Amino acid sequence: MGEPLIELQDIYKVYQMGSGEVRANDGITLTINRGEFVAIVGKSGSGKSTLMNIIGALDVPTSGSYLLGGEDVDQMGEDQLADIRNRMIGFIFQQYNLLPKSNLLENVELPLLYAKVGREERRERAMCSLERVGLAEKWRNYPNQLSGGQQQRVSIARALAGNPSLILADEPTGALDSKTSREVLDFLKELNADGNTIVMITHDNSIALEAKHVVRIHDGKINFDGDVKDYAAII
Amino acid sequence: MRSFLTMLGIIIGVASVIILVSLVNAYMSYMTDSFASMGTNQISVNMRRMSTRSVSVDEMYAFYEEHSHVFDNLSPMVSISGTVKHGTDTLTATSITGVSEDYRSIKDYELEYGRNIQYADIASRQQVCVVGAYVADELYGSAEKAYGETVKINGNAFTIVGIVARQNEDMDEGGSDDFVWMPYSYAVKMAWDANIGNYTFTIRDLSNASQGTRLLEEFLFEKFKNEDLYSVTAMSEMLDELNSMIAMVSAGLGGIAGISLLVAGVGVMNIMLVSVTERTREIGIRKALGARRRVIMQQFVIEAAVTSSLGGLLGILLGSGATSAVGAMAGLNAAPTVSAIVVSFGVSVGIGLLFGYMPASRAARLSPIDALRSD
Repeated sequence: MGEPLIELQDIYKVYQMGSGEVRANDGITLTINRGEFVAIVGKSGSGKSTLMNIIGALDVPTSGSYLLGGEDVDQMGEDQLADIRNRMIGFIFQQYNLLPKSNLLENVELPLLYAKVGREERRERAMCSLERVGLAEKWRNYPNQLSGGQQQRVSIARALAGNPSLILADEPTGALDSKTSREVLDFLKELNADGNTIVMITHDNSIALEAKHVVRIHDGKINFDGDVKDYAAII
Repeated sequence: MRSFLTMLGIIIGVASVIILVSLVNAYMSYMTDSFASMGTNQISVNMRRMSTRSVSVDEMYAFYEEHSHVFDNLSPMVSISGTVKHGTDTLTATSITGVSEDYRSIKDYELEYGRNIQYADIASRQQVCVVGAYVADELYGSAEKAYGETVKINGNAFTIVGIVARQNEDMDEGGSDDFVWMPYSYAVKMAWDANIGNYTFTIRDLSNASQGTRLLEEFLFEKFKNEDLYSVTAMSEMLDELNSMIAMVSAGLGGIAGISLLVAGVGVMNIMLVSVTERTREIGIRKALGARRRVIMQQFVIEAAVTSSLGGLLGILLGSGATSAVGAMAGLNAAPTVSAIVVSFGVSVGIGLLFGYMPASRAARLSPIDALRSD
């Protein structure tokens, strides 16, 4: 605990839009330590998605430096980025993003497959992961046979399977009703309590309040970075 | 469903190539066979205006003896037009020919009954004849009954000494069973022309065909000093012409079949493109989870390869089946040719791979963010 996992320094992400340019991230400096539960909150168009893409190694910044677990991500090539995503990050998406033609086990196995884990071990770890979200018995099912909440749990299982350093959740409750949202949030808290570092992107302040540490983005800049209690006080 | 449609294109392409090529091949060998049965080993000689210069039968036989290592059989051919009669029954379309004792071997006919015309018949100008199965049936009822009977040819009485076995299933007037052979020595008398203008040779081996033709031409030029007065025709040369014509047709049809394969390829490409577009989100998910570009490529290329080779295999099955079926219906001995199978399968898999590779490489280059954003 306390050791930095994510170190962002002067991150700029600039898009050319016709004649002008759009600074989606306009000088972001942010440090997230291991074991933290961070909510990155902002309205749509605030630049939080761009920031998530950079943190998730899906994209590289125009300038600035990004260290993830001490590795310099900002100058990596496509394949290196793929490897670091595979090794270090577990993604949870708003739309679950499960493969519809693969069963639950195959879905959860996917990151392990790309990590070149052997067949037996892959199966074992994926089952373990499904067990953890309480869907082990349904491993033969296909995603469309499950409810939204269950699908999101599968995607959490998939995120956990590779034993990543960081769990990056992009609007994890965006497609769920309040009851299943509650379950997913409680599950994320539980994972955090087990020592996982979680970064959650949301536009919803009430969801952000579930985290321990809140970062608010506005117009590509951070305008709040602090404890959730302080954040609760200002909204 | 989608992959089935992809396969369907390839199935049809491969099958059509196999069917076309195999059927053309079967037809070709059928033609060659039927031509060969007409006697590819024959060389016929035809001489005109023999009143001024001529070659006598003895000279022709002398030439034949001299080159007996090349020539197998020789028969003068004396055609007589006329009627064949027995009692009140008359045949008018019967081909009446004066021939030598070799003629049965030249035609490669079997005798049903009796004996062939012999050298002694020719030497002594015997009034004997060998008749075809049609003549025997029409005039006497059967080969057995015809044997030893007398038949009148243009008023001359001949004894039937032999009957040739039936050549054709349905015997027709003027067909290949409606003939009379007699000693050429007697036919010359009936034709009122002592000069024999037509001869048929056979060669011992097909590879001697051009040598035989050349020898005959040299011999005849020596006698006539004018190429216009005689002609030498080798059946094998006509067969060569026929073969080259069929090869041309075959190439043309092969080209058409090739086009259908190409169309199949375009179909494969089309469906692959759609497939990749539809699966952009899947590609995004896979990339986000750490799939390298190569891995995505592999996935799509392997899919394309499996789809197209499966289609190719089904096409081979369909094509082979259809070839046999159509061949059986057309009465051809059609079997799918190995080359057609290999080429069409190779091309279809090649096209599948190529057209699978292109959209796959495009897919693999997508950024995971863009791919995930698509619906």
